[in-house]
Amino acid sequence: MPALSSGNVASGAGAENPHRPLGAARPRYGEKAIKALLALCAALSVAVTTAIVISLLQPTFSFFGEVSISDFLTGTQWAPGQARAQFGVLPIVAGTLIVTVTALLVAVPVGLLSAIYLSEYAPRRVRQILKPALEVLAGIPTVAIGLFGFAFLRPLAEDVLPFLEWQGPFSIGVAGVAVGLLIIPLVASISEDAMRSVPSGLREGAYALGSTKMRVSVRVVFPAAISGIVAAIVLAASRAVGETMVVLMVGGAGNPELVWNPLESAQAMTAYIGRTATGDIATGTIVYDTIFAVGSLLFVMTLAMNMFAIRLVRRFREVYE
Amino acid sequence: MSTEEKTPRVSERTRLAVAGARAASESIFREGGRGGRTGNALFFALLLLGIGIALIGLVTILTWSAVEGGPRLSWDLFTEGPNTILPAMAGFKTSILGTLYVIGGVIMLAVPIGVGAAIYLEEYADNTRWYNRLIELNIQNLAGVPSIVFGILGLAFIVRGPLSLGFVAAAGSLTLTLLVLPTVILASREAIRAVPSSIRAGSLALGATQWQTIWRNVLPSALPGILTGVILAVSRALGEAAPLLLVGAATFVPYDPEFWDGGYSVLPVQIFNYAGRPQDEFRVLAAAGVIVMLIVLLAVNSFAIWLRNRYERKW
Repeated sequence: MPALSSGNVASGAGAENPHRPLGAARPRYGEKAIKALLALCAALSVAVTTAIVISLLQPTFSFFGEVSISDFLTGTQWAPGQARAQFGVLPIVAGTLIVTVTALLVAVPVGLLSAIYLSEYAPRRVRQILKPALEVLAGIPTVAIGLFGFAFLRPLAEDVLPFLEWQGPFSIGVAGVAVGLLIIPLVASISEDAMRSVPSGLREGAYALGSTKMRVSVRVVFPAAISGIVAAIVLAASRAVGETMVVLMVGGAGNPELVWNPLESAQAMTAYIGRTATGDIATGTIVYDTIFAVGSLLFVMTLAMNMFAIRLVRRFREVYE
Repeated sequence: MSTEEKTPRVSERTRLAVAGARAASESIFREGGRGGRTGNALFFALLLLGIGIALIGLVTILTWSAVEGGPRLSWDLFTEGPNTILPAMAGFKTSILGTLYVIGGVIMLAVPIGVGAAIYLEEYADNTRWYNRLIELNIQNLAGVPSIVFGILGLAFIVRGPLSLGFVAAAGSLTLTLLVLPTVILASREAIRAVPSSIRAGSLALGATQWQTIWRNVLPSALPGILTGVILAVSRALGEAAPLLLVGAATFVPYDPEFWDGGYSVLPVQIFNYAGRPQDEFRVLAAAGVIVMLIVLLAVNSFAIWLRNRYERKW
């Protein structure tokens, strides 16, 4: 038996090779292969994004070969399938905006009030029941909310507000309200997270100065959590911009003219894509290409909003952790 | 005080908070006394109103679909295919089968890829490298891309373009996989991050390789969190209709679907299809379909919540 050299750890192995270094006995190709495979899985997300961009770009370019970008972005007539086709995207952008604004008018107050209640006022047990209940609302499929909006909310709106000039069975404003219902949980849960991450030292300081609970909530916790709250609202808005089924089912097929009336039937960008794609359209026609042009615009809009929201969320997370 | 302001932890947010606290206390001294009791009560009432509206919305949706579709609930829904002429005879059999195929495919693809990506990002990746940061940013952004854009991707890349699968269930499955992948990755990362590093250190110290450590120690500990994420992703995919409209699920399918061949439909798209027909019977049928779907989703979701509560561990 050779004497153990100082570099040895395992005496059994040292019996054969007294100068074995501390590292792995042999290169671990299996480990490297696994790492490469896992990296491939992660890189797939980049591949998906690239694929999205490629699949959007090519037909979009062929679309803009026939329609000028300025006509597309500033035109006020949207009638791609007609004999005298018009490609001004503004009417469907207006539809999207009406939906988004209405949805935010519903979801922001309700969501924020719920968040303040859950984070500052609710007893622990109440919170444990209410939070999953709100999560259920988030999990309801959009088709269900679309059907509910079309068959329940829209007639209800006419009963409650009979003096308004409702036209036909569709209304883009009611679609917005239904989308609002859909995004309440998003606003509530992200802003609640932001408010709960405000250190309790701030609250205690304010209480020590004699503040009431309302003052602490509104003047201390709310401002301290503001970037998280704004991020929640931006994410909710981006969700509303991208929502399809509800707008398709409640908003109707719309009018090619640019109108801002929430009582009327109108189309949003997503609903146009969904409606056009359900019909049989041939590859290479200009109507097929419009899907991609509108899709590109939608992608760019939501991407910008998401980037902004992610930056805000990251900033508020960095502070107190 | 000046030293405190120089530390990087004092952000704009902290400054806002301090300003808020100061404003709060100043206003107390200005009023001098305990005014505003009614204000407090009103504010509390307002908060209750807010959460009340949210809950009433939820309850109304559930009750409405139960009242509207309840009378139509029967086994016919599961044993009959679509029927455009006789609504009384129509059911969801083929679209339920289609949903099973599509969701099965999503689970087979999204779970290994998503968990693999999460392991790479948490255990291997050096997140000071630009490419790893790019991947992270990418996943966060993908989570916010509208589902219909994934439909466009599916149409251009999977149905027609490079993959050319055609309008089959596999194309729907692949499209939905891409859609839910960010959800799986983000949830799995959270779960893996929550495993304390002492477990890894212990395993490595005993001579296990990194992969052995991950496979035998980290993954089992993170499994409940990963499963919760998977279940949430699956329930999202179950309810998703918009991207499937673009990859061919809107078709009327009177026969049982296959994975690689022939037309298919899924439950939400079939509901959309029935809801768009003019006869009232079809709308009732659609509402009954919503109930079927809600029952499945509630079961799946409460399973996820139960799982999370059951296995939630604090180290």
